[in-house]
Amino acid sequence: MSRPAARVLPGFNLTLGYTLFYLSIIVLVPLSAVFIKTASLGLSQFWDVVTTPRVLASYRLSFGASLLAAAINAVFGLMLAWVLVRYRFPGKKLIDALVDLPFALPTAVAGIALTALYAPNGWLGSLLAPLDIKIAFGPPGVLVALIFIGLPFVVRTVQPILEDLDTELEEASASLGAQRWQTFRHVILPILLPALLTGFALAFARAVGEYGSVIFIAGNIPMVSEITPLMIITKLEQYDYAGATAIAVVMLVFSFLLLLAINGLQAWTEKATGRNR
Amino acid sequence: MAGATSLHAAADPAVRFESRSATREAPWVKWTLIAVSLAFFALFLLLPLIAVFVEALRKGWDAYIAALVEPDALSAIRLTLLAAAISVPLNLSFGVAAAWAIAKFDFRGKHLLITLIDLPFSVSPVVAGLIYVLVFGAQGWFGPWLQAHDLKVIFAVPGIVLATVFVTFPFIARELIPLMQAQGKEEEEAAVVLGANGWQTFRYVTLPNIKWGLLYGVILCNARAMGEFGAVSVVSGHIRGLTNTLPLHVEILYNEYQFAAAFAVASLLALLALVTLAVKTWIEHQATQSGDASQ
Amino acid sequence: MSIQVQNIHKAFGDFVALGDVSLDFPTGELVALLGPSGCGKTTLLRIIAGLESADSGRVLLDGEDASDTHVRERHVGFVFQHYALFRHMNVFDNVAFGLRMKPRRERPSEQDIAGKVHDLLKLVQLDWLADRFPAQLSGGQRQRIALARALAVEPRVLLLDEPFGALDAKVRKELRRWLRRLHDELHITSIFVTHDQEEALEVADRVVLMDHGRVEQIGTPEEVYRQPATPFVYGFLGAVNHFSGRLEGEGIRVGDALLRHVAPEFKHGDDVIAFARPHELEVLTDDSVAGGVPARVARILSFGVTARVELEGLNGTGNQHFEVELSSEQAERLALREGQTVRLNPSRLRVFAR
Repeated sequence: MSRPAARVLPGFNLTLGYTLFYLSIIVLVPLSAVFIKTASLGLSQFWDVVTTPRVLASYRLSFGASLLAAAINAVFGLMLAWVLVRYRFPGKKLIDALVDLPFALPTAVAGIALTALYAPNGWLGSLLAPLDIKIAFGPPGVLVALIFIGLPFVVRTVQPILEDLDTELEEASASLGAQRWQTFRHVILPILLPALLTGFALAFARAVGEYGSVIFIAGNIPMVSEITPLMIITKLEQYDYAGATAIAVVMLVFSFLLLLAINGLQAWTEKATGRNR
Repeated sequence: MAGATSLHAAADPAVRFESRSATREAPWVKWTLIAVSLAFFALFLLLPLIAVFVEALRKGWDAYIAALVEPDALSAIRLTLLAAAISVPLNLSFGVAAAWAIAKFDFRGKHLLITLIDLPFSVSPVVAGLIYVLVFGAQGWFGPWLQAHDLKVIFAVPGIVLATVFVTFPFIARELIPLMQAQGKEEEEAAVVLGANGWQTFRYVTLPNIKWGLLYGVILCNARAMGEFGAVSVVSGHIRGLTNTLPLHVEILYNEYQFAAAFAVASLLALLALVTLAVKTWIEHQATQSGDASQ
Repeated sequence: MSIQVQNIHKAFGDFVALGDVSLDFPTGELVALLGPSGCGKTTLLRIIAGLESADSGRVLLDGEDASDTHVRERHVGFVFQHYALFRHMNVFDNVAFGLRMKPRRERPSEQDIAGKVHDLLKLVQLDWLADRFPAQLSGGQRQRIALARALAVEPRVLLLDEPFGALDAKVRKELRRWLRRLHDELHITSIFVTHDQEEALEVADRVVLMDHGRVEQIGTPEEVYRQPATPFVYGFLGAVNHFSGRLEGEGIRVGDALLRHVAPEFKHGDDVIAFARPHELEVLTDDSVAGGVPARVARILSFGVTARVELEGLNGTGNQHFEVELSSEQAERLALREGQTVRLNPSRLRVFAR
């Protein structure tokens, strides 16, 4: 910054200026509106809005189901990444490509498709109904939708680390007498851990804010299966802008904290594995 | 020796692990893991995809086609294309500019800037819609002014475009920034030393190096732009034939219990997703072939 | 413990890494597998360890067939070229790894493990590094920790893949001497792979020379250096000058010159190739003395205790380069000039069929 004349390449002021301008009008200024609008509410009013029983129930569902979905994805995502990296089997390339489906498929489409599958009269729902297991139109439906949208985050953060894994480490472990699962537990897992946690956090962050895929399958029963983003929509439909904004602030603050955590985790991944993503 | 085994590994990383006795599992472990992962994959990813097409064709081809050529559906297609046609180029130019500034120059606050660019990813789509209602809505900052000039942003096309731009904001930038950072700036400096101007440097040196990463970002950005639901839902107002995008049209049909029609429109979006994944896989292949890894 | 490999064959696709290799490694010796990269030496080492399986042939450990024994059951110590230390564990935990992985009934108590680890760290003279992580160590330290880790499980044999390959020249020399001393202390049957002939000759009790998946020669360092069995071994173990010619009576006809050499194993008229080391060539400047191959002095490098002269062959040996090593006094006495024409006469020749 101090010696702009020393810059060899052109376009610094133009590109940085444009970047900051565009970032401000699209992201920063509108986001600040949320906080300014909330300031019009008093602190006690704000507190009342964000802690009504119905909203509290929505936090429990949103955060609880998101955590559980991210945890399930951490386990099965790791397994899927492992299988895709380590083994040869027919159809592998196709499956590898389709793992990104939740990134590419519009959430509304995912929502109605999952509902069609897991509704009591659906393909899978009708198999589970005689066992008295109900998935769609209740909290388990929310979980299913959040598993769907979170899966690629875990697979895609763990996969490259697995691919880069040095075979010598496992060979060293085996030559020292370790059983295969001991090698996994004591040698491989510690190396994967930062990436696995990053994938978990990314899946969690995405799940907390998710709306489209959940809304169709959740059933949206007050106090039971309403997610927090739906509470914002509900308030908006009642023209309660201050209330909607207050809940949005809670979600935003949480997102920012999670974003910080994810940045920290990614730095850790890079340090631990010596690679740059 | 090392040279001989690495030749094999180039084809599929699995060969490297499967060919060594110390890095492979017993066959029953391998096939159990494959079976469990594939069951999970089928249950949560594959079956929903198949369900879309089966449900779409439940009432036959005629009903399927009819659902797609109905005027409201056509206008939803038009609006979806329009929103993507505006937001993708906007975010493309932003992505290139941001990546150029961040990757080719050093300045204070760079890390903060990268974090801020990522910000829209961690904002719930519903909140993304809400912020534009707060700025441009009837009771928002510019609401009275817009009303006085008879302009409409919220519950109108501009709002939909803005919300789409917001949710797709980081896609291209975050693809290009790490790629261009990894490539450094030596080639550009060489071009400048050889007398190229800024545009020539970008056009003939930078662009060929980032073309796959750029395309990759555009494809993902486009998929999200056409598929966004939550944010658009907040600002749209759901006016049939006017402010309905394809995902919103799916929702309306579904809520009206026109399931076959809803899935017919949804199948269009699912096809788009499949095309996106196919192009993405093709790009990844091209990028590895040409040696510039885009991921 | 002794190691035998019998008729080992291994191919990667079309590439034959090892073609029917049979070797005996006697108990307690330190053996070097020496050869250029791609000769199959690392593959052989990995097959002995059980990290790679041979397409055919057997590996016997102490007379028992171990071909179907998994690496974790073979009780071999393996030191990897890049050490393969576990970077998330400190030095202590790395060395203790093998002991902690033992089945519960065989596993020593944590106290015994600690005692053993510290003994090993003392043995490799690094007990003050127990709490460090691999990233905080120098290359030479990592190498020694990797060795301590391999020794912790009391392996029956010790296998080292290019143990000094990743180190800089000075550390490499130190570690070589250190490894030799360590072996003299432990007397554990050891095999190490190297492409550096100096390293192999200096450290090993016995050297196995390999090329293109075959064993070229086995012997003590002295034997292989003094009596190279094949042209490859001769060329691989040091700088060489070679003369292509035909046997004529009591000499070899090279171009117009006749080099005196008695080779009873060949008969008159055989095409042969003869080798001489740089110090085995005599430079003749006196035209009155007969014999030798004519050559022109191209460059004289006379720093250090010896002088090196590079020459270009003339007449029948045109386009060929020769290298001669002289003592500084000899060089001074000869007073060579660049461009001068001289004759080269080998004092000793090693002759192979062509």
